[in-house]
Amino acid sequence: MASLWEYANPRKFIATSDRVLPWIGALALICLVLGLVWGFFFTPEDYRQGASVKIIYLHVPAALMAINAWLMMLVASLIWIVRRHHVSALAARAAAPVGAVMTVIALVTGALWGQPIWGTWWVWDPRLTSFLILLLFYLGYIALWAAIENDDTAADLTSVLCLVGSVFALLSRYAVLFWNQGLHQGASLSLDKQENVDDVFYLPLLVCIAGFVLLFVALVLLRTQTEIRARRMRALLARERMG
Amino acid sequence: MRAVLIRDLRLAMRAGGGFGLGLAFFLIVVVLVPFAVGPRADLHRVIAPGILWLGALLACLLSLDRVFALDYEDGSLDLLATAPLPLEALVSLKALAHWLTTGLPLVLAAPFLAVLLTLPPPGYAPLLLSLAVGTPALSVIGTFGAALTVGVKRGGLLLSLLVLPLYVPTLIFGAEAARRGAEGLDYTAPLAMLAGITCGTIALLPFASAAVVRVNLR
Repeated sequence: MASLWEYANPRKFIATSDRVLPWIGALALICLVLGLVWGFFFTPEDYRQGASVKIIYLHVPAALMAINAWLMMLVASLIWIVRRHHVSALAARAAAPVGAVMTVIALVTGALWGQPIWGTWWVWDPRLTSFLILLLFYLGYIALWAAIENDDTAADLTSVLCLVGSVFALLSRYAVLFWNQGLHQGASLSLDKQENVDDVFYLPLLVCIAGFVLLFVALVLLRTQTEIRARRMRALLARERMG
Repeated sequence: MRAVLIRDLRLAMRAGGGFGLGLAFFLIVVVLVPFAVGPRADLHRVIAPGILWLGALLACLLSLDRVFALDYEDGSLDLLATAPLPLEALVSLKALAHWLTTGLPLVLAAPFLAVLLTLPPPGYAPLLLSLAVGTPALSVIGTFGAALTVGVKRGGLLLSLLVLPLYVPTLIFGAEAARRGAEGLDYTAPLAMLAGITCGTIALLPFASAAVVRVNLR
């Protein structure tokens, strides 16, 4: 019986991910092009918001991925702490910049949408503020990885930071809610059918979300591979220098 | 344990004024604010609780990189880690020493600086209370950050970046309690939340800090 942990072997990981990466990448591209073109050109304009509603196709998937990337890093950090698989630590490291960019996309598209609709680029609203704090967490995490030379030490420290950071991220979320009742509308997607946006917007949005998820997976796999290969190269160079 | 605490306090007092530096910085922030926002007493009265909390937080941040750095450089941290004292207790003592040399003086100085910012009189008690309850959390969280960056050369700026998002909940509840107090509203809810954060961090974070110190000493 093959176990999931076999993929913690870098060689096996690279072989498998090499095989699936083109497919995932192609699927991501198809979903993104399909979803965005469908969303931008073939959906009606909202009766109150006009054309600006269409930013939802970038904003919502990016925001979703920003949070889920942190969750993935949390899981990967836990696996590193418990089972010490190097690929896991590297995957967490690879996900951080992608998550940070997703957070920036969500913040920027939110600002662009907020300007015509709310009449302001930025408000100190719970959701917006939580995302700003999330961005700070990402930046700190990336900076800590970059600052420490020894790879294992860096993996250990960033894993602990990720765990502690997750607790504080939740805490901040409720702290900010307490601090200010917001301007941001409620969820436009949920399992509860009542709350969902209309099907006309909903279907292309789902395709876009699928595209973002696939894109995230592809980028993380690619970056993890790159990191493994870079480490191998460093090891080979070091061996060469030793003679 | 007492010996470690006394040693830390003595070091902080002798090596460049642990009491003085944080207090001076606190004073600087409070003195500069009126120059920045203009001499309007009505405005000062509104922003005083926030400014005082922010000043206390920044003063804490300023002194954080000295929590472990000196001991790490001269190797005494290795000795302390191999001592029979558990590492969790050691980092707690370090946090306590940091609070006694930075947090406590700030709490005591806050009312005098509040006079400069014309804080309304009913605001003094909540300000003092919120600072007294909240600054231990700042020290404990900061000790975790200092433990993370102890192996990094010139880690001061990195330390600030790491600790900044962790400080957000404490700052929100602390400043909220002080602000509500100054406006004469009921401030028990944010104060209780703040106390909860302080208790939670004191209970849990020493384990994370000790784990991180262990990694850094490896």
